[in-house]
Amino acid sequence: MYAIIKKEQLSEGVFRITVHAPLVAKKAKPGQFIILRVTEDGERIPLTVGGYDRERGTVSVMFQVAGATTKKLAALKEGDRLTDFVGPLGRPTEIEGIRRACVIGGGVGCAIAYPIAKALHEQGTDVTVIIGFRDTSRIILEDEFKSASTTLHILTDDGSNGNKGFVTAALGDLLTAGETYDDVIAIGPIMMMKAVAELTRPYNMKTTVSMNPIMIDGTGMCGGCRLTVGGQTKFACVDGPDFDGHLVDFDAAAKRNGMYRDSEKADYEHACRLLENTEVR
Amino acid sequence: MANMSLKKMPMPVRDPQLRATDFKEVALGYSEDDAIQEANRCLQCLHKPCVGGCPVGVPIPEFIACIQNHDFRQAYSTIKTANSLPAICGRVCPQENQCEKYCVRGVKGEPVGIGRLERFAADYQSKTLDELVGAVNEVEPSVIVERVIAELEKDHTKSFLNTINARVIQEIAADAVHQATETISESIKSRVDLKEDRPASRGHVAVVGSGPAGLTCAGELNSNGFTVTIFEAFHTPGGVLAYGIPEFRLPKSIVRQECDNLRQAGVVFTTNAVIGRTLTIDELLTSEGYDAVFVASGAGLPNFLEIPGESALGVYSANEFLTRVNLMKAYLKGADTPIYRPKRCVVIGGGNVAMDAARCAKRLGADVHIVYRRTMAELPARHEEVEHAEEEGIIFDMLRNPLEILTDENERVRGLLLQKMELGEIDGKGRRRPVPIEGATEEIECDCVIVAVGTSPNPLIASTTPGLETDRHGCVHVVDESTGATSKLGVFAGGDIATGAATVILAMGAGKAAASAIERYISEK
Repeated sequence: MYAIIKKEQLSEGVFRITVHAPLVAKKAKPGQFIILRVTEDGERIPLTVGGYDRERGTVSVMFQVAGATTKKLAALKEGDRLTDFVGPLGRPTEIEGIRRACVIGGGVGCAIAYPIAKALHEQGTDVTVIIGFRDTSRIILEDEFKSASTTLHILTDDGSNGNKGFVTAALGDLLTAGETYDDVIAIGPIMMMKAVAELTRPYNMKTTVSMNPIMIDGTGMCGGCRLTVGGQTKFACVDGPDFDGHLVDFDAAAKRNGMYRDSEKADYEHACRLLENTEVR
Repeated sequence: MANMSLKKMPMPVRDPQLRATDFKEVALGYSEDDAIQEANRCLQCLHKPCVGGCPVGVPIPEFIACIQNHDFRQAYSTIKTANSLPAICGRVCPQENQCEKYCVRGVKGEPVGIGRLERFAADYQSKTLDELVGAVNEVEPSVIVERVIAELEKDHTKSFLNTINARVIQEIAADAVHQATETISESIKSRVDLKEDRPASRGHVAVVGSGPAGLTCAGELNSNGFTVTIFEAFHTPGGVLAYGIPEFRLPKSIVRQECDNLRQAGVVFTTNAVIGRTLTIDELLTSEGYDAVFVASGAGLPNFLEIPGESALGVYSANEFLTRVNLMKAYLKGADTPIYRPKRCVVIGGGNVAMDAARCAKRLGADVHIVYRRTMAELPARHEEVEHAEEEGIIFDMLRNPLEILTDENERVRGLLLQKMELGEIDGKGRRRPVPIEGATEEIECDCVIVAVGTSPNPLIASTTPGLETDRHGCVHVVDESTGATSKLGVFAGGDIATGAATVILAMGAGKAAASAIERYISEK
């Protein structure tokens, strides 16, 4: 179980792995996530479902190497097995009845945005996709998004793809031009999602964000993933991960995600040293 | 013969200063002498009031009589007839509110230490089992050859020895190894209750959750000829025994052993299966082919205080803190899962979970305060846990209710604002209600707050199972408490998911009751 069937590098430090997990593949829907462990005694990390093949029994997840566990994960090869792979967790993104949608992805958030855009496109929704990256070398899933959207805007922070700007600027232009959407779905860095929600607020346009907080069990048991939404405590794993962007307290969420930054940095460096040594051998 | 001492034989414990720095077990358990002396305090009452206080009806005077007679293994077998997890119950049951509460010796003096004796019997069993397993592993032909030669030299003359060659000796030795192995494994089998040559299965049962209720139900059904699969959401079985109760109170090796025993006896464990997501109850009953389902998915979502500052950095639910420490082993150096090691930690709540969290925080190096809105007398935790916590230097700030978690400019916890309380009128449950003393507040400095104020039911299973009703608290509604039957045919429930947060032994009682109900249900189907 949980063998890595396929491993692809999408850009620097960003990978997609396809894992054999038939039970998860059978149920997974866009917007849901899984939790995996790379080794016995390893950390449990949540990753959003990036795709699934119900017949082959596989699920793909995308990740950016950011900490010790993702570093170890990136070191695995096709044929290697994960210790644990549990899911699908969380509620699927609600896409039913949406006629016009704007799907916004920032950086690796595009990994989550893509299956949602695809599902919307497949059900006949008019999908505008806006995705943004730091520079042209970091653009991922371009072809996939092309085939899952009616209109596609790709932007880079430095303009290296010829289209400079932030996703919010592109969205702002569309909104100013009078475009309307049944749902604006934004996935990416917390501050990007916050900015999107602020843009749509004056239009009173439904805005959905996908939150990715610290998490252990993913079933509601630990409460580590709690967020303040509309003044109430909500758990991302059972109540989300999708929430109304106009109600989420993004500043608190951003701070909570930084809880272990120092120790994670130390662990990451430790893992880097370990893996370097392994490679030398 | 009877020991008329008014006090229990004291439980040997590790030195508080020393034990507060590591996660090794605190209570060391009775020696054989201690156990016999304590057993001799039991008067063998004919009306057995203690048994009535036990949710699973352990034949208490009978097992204690075995200890009185030095037959420790029989004591274990006697407990096992009613309780599938003695080593666990002997450690974590609140005996003072159950069996020991009704002990006649408790009328004048302390009751018989029934829990300690139960633990002794279970540990004796597992120790001798370990020794046997060790013996098997040690059996190596070369060792045996030496032993055979030694034996021969004892009984025979040297001239006899000269008449046999090495091959003969080796044959004797191989035979001896074989015999020793057979005898030892027979002995192990008889003790772990292995069922070989099982008759055809009487039915298939899915058990959701591998905590005390699930393990008990699975064990009972398996012994009675059913094929049982336990589905566990985590990567490790045990439920609260694994993620909640700390190593120093319940060593995880014991939990592992109990699960291994069930596995060897034929129970299948499927980890990483979140019922309600990975598979639904309806799928278990249809496409997956189970005849009945027992839902024992546990306590659920941690409650928060809903006071300002709760999303600050350094605020944990007890569940999260304990899971990081116990299940993910964050206390070990080099663990992948991070944990914040507080300097000064305040735990809010007075139950066993609060004690566990406080004592874990202590072991991570913090000064620890427990804040509770009533007094020491009302603490719902087991007496022993409170005592141990006090010995370890945990400070109890009673009659205090948190108003606000104070934070610094980086949203990190810097303290707690507390409302001082006093006990007022007696409430509906017969307890004096804590009421605020107007204008009396105080601040306490800390860099970590652990909230241990109970849990609410997890809606995952109820919300994904049509026809499964919940009560007004959101717990799975049990139609008949004696059977665990729910509003949905073929679905039974027990433990915290049905009752709200309670004890290990109550969950086990529910698991046991459900097992016999499921047996009847499937037989009559």
